[in-house]
Amino acid sequence: MTPLLSVKNLTAGYGDTVVLHGLNFELAEGGITAILGANGAGKTTTLRALCGLCRRRGEISYAGRRIENLATEDVVRLGVAHVPDGRGTFASMSAEENLRLGAYLRRDRADVGRDFETIYALFPRLRERRQQQAGTLSGGEQQMLAIARALMLRPKLLLLDEPSFGLAPLVVQEIYRTLKTINRETKVSMLLVEQNATLALDLADHAYLVETGRVVVSGDSEMVKADETIRRSYLGY
Amino acid sequence: MDALLHQLFSGVASGGIYAGLALALVMIYQSTGHINFAQGEMAMFSTYIAWELIDYGTPYWGAFFLTVIFAFVAGVAIERLVIRPFHNLPVIALIIVFIGLLVIVNSTASWIFGTTLKTFPSPFPAEPLWDNHYISNHELGSIGIVLIIVAILFVFFRYTKLGLAMRAVAENPQSSRLVGIRVGWMLALGWGLAAAIGSVSGMLVAPILYLDSSMMGGVLLYSLAGAVLGGLDNPWGAALGGFIIGILENVLGAYVIGTQLKFSVALIVIVGVLLARPSGLFGRTVVTRV
Repeated sequence: MTPLLSVKNLTAGYGDTVVLHGLNFELAEGGITAILGANGAGKTTTLRALCGLCRRRGEISYAGRRIENLATEDVVRLGVAHVPDGRGTFASMSAEENLRLGAYLRRDRADVGRDFETIYALFPRLRERRQQQAGTLSGGEQQMLAIARALMLRPKLLLLDEPSFGLAPLVVQEIYRTLKTINRETKVSMLLVEQNATLALDLADHAYLVETGRVVVSGDSEMVKADETIRRSYLGY
Repeated sequence: MDALLHQLFSGVASGGIYAGLALALVMIYQSTGHINFAQGEMAMFSTYIAWELIDYGTPYWGAFFLTVIFAFVAGVAIERLVIRPFHNLPVIALIIVFIGLLVIVNSTASWIFGTTLKTFPSPFPAEPLWDNHYISNHELGSIGIVLIIVAILFVFFRYTKLGLAMRAVAENPQSSRLVGIRVGWMLALGWGLAAAIGSVSGMLVAPILYLDSSMMGGVLLYSLAGAVLGGLDNPWGAALGGFIIGILENVLGAYVIGTQLKFSVALIVIVGVLLARPSGLFGRTVVTRV
């Protein structure tokens, strides 16, 4: 089976600084793949390179198309939704307007209406807060809103940048449980970037370990989890 | 008392015109953070187009709407061709681009349309309503048109998908890209709307001041003061600020500082507001929890 996303020899960076030095990885359709690594390893840059938010070179094939030269707006049109680091909330707008923006590219009004219900069922707290200014939501609620906004696109591929960042452990668990449900029910593929390896390996079926812009280990997440050496040298527990 | 009432009414009337151009300024400021100093000149140029159309025999309202369309297209084109290449420059360099645009539009207008004053018709009957001597029909009509523009903008930004997208771009361009909004086109659209609104205020000023290439210089200054006073990121605030400036200008000019020093009202307001309350009376302060 051909993978949904296949990245070959990806280099990327900002200005004169090169962050990724030839990254290779793949992602199976319907699967959850995690990219793990320490601060500064290039995890966020990998996601940004995929949707054209930074300068990049190499080969990115997605759903049978080369996308490395597409503008961000056009990558999104192919069904790639990005939950950026810092969540990218439209702070002065209501939670509901944030979700409406998530559905900006959709033309099927009736279906969008139904998706609001699905989203509110997944994240009941967003239903309570739907008229509230998004900037005043708690960190956890804003993270949920960011994921919900991405889902409103009905994406084929969801890019998640550290959904656990800065949140209380209980909230993180709730979010990860919901991500699992979403993957099971909608079959959306996920590419997850995390510093919290334990969490990510529990959710993902496949994992890549990145160190200073290169993949150093890749494999089944069970295997990565079980490997004593990997755990000690890269995951630090 | 009668004289004061008279000043108040004409203050509201010129305020309506400042409100119109202030709305145009806010349109661009909101989405890009820039103040288009050439806004007034663009409006003046469009007004000449209207004059030519009317001179050619086009009925007033036909010329009016054709001019609005012309201004919209020209605004989009200026953004894409002139402003876009300088997008990443520091603010100070952009200010120079705007001033360059001001000079170019101004001298092109004098070159094409000449430098003699032209009379410009008002669409409203000359005979004042109810025989009042406070406010002319043109002034009443101008206020009405500005209020209609405010209402249209309110509905557009509040209830349409395009309006929502434009607000999104103003607030967070990167997140806007990530939901698929073409940010570049939204900025161009903002310029088009601003130019269209500006052209209306040009056509409303012209019957009062006579059409001339320097017609909008003072109007731009008062409108800027109005926009700063009301809040540069709040269309309704800016429109209201325009009305307040119009009243201040007239009343202070008549009773306090004299007509010669009227211009200083605008400058004092700008400096005063920036010192005391930089976001303006109704400017937005966004609360963010992290």
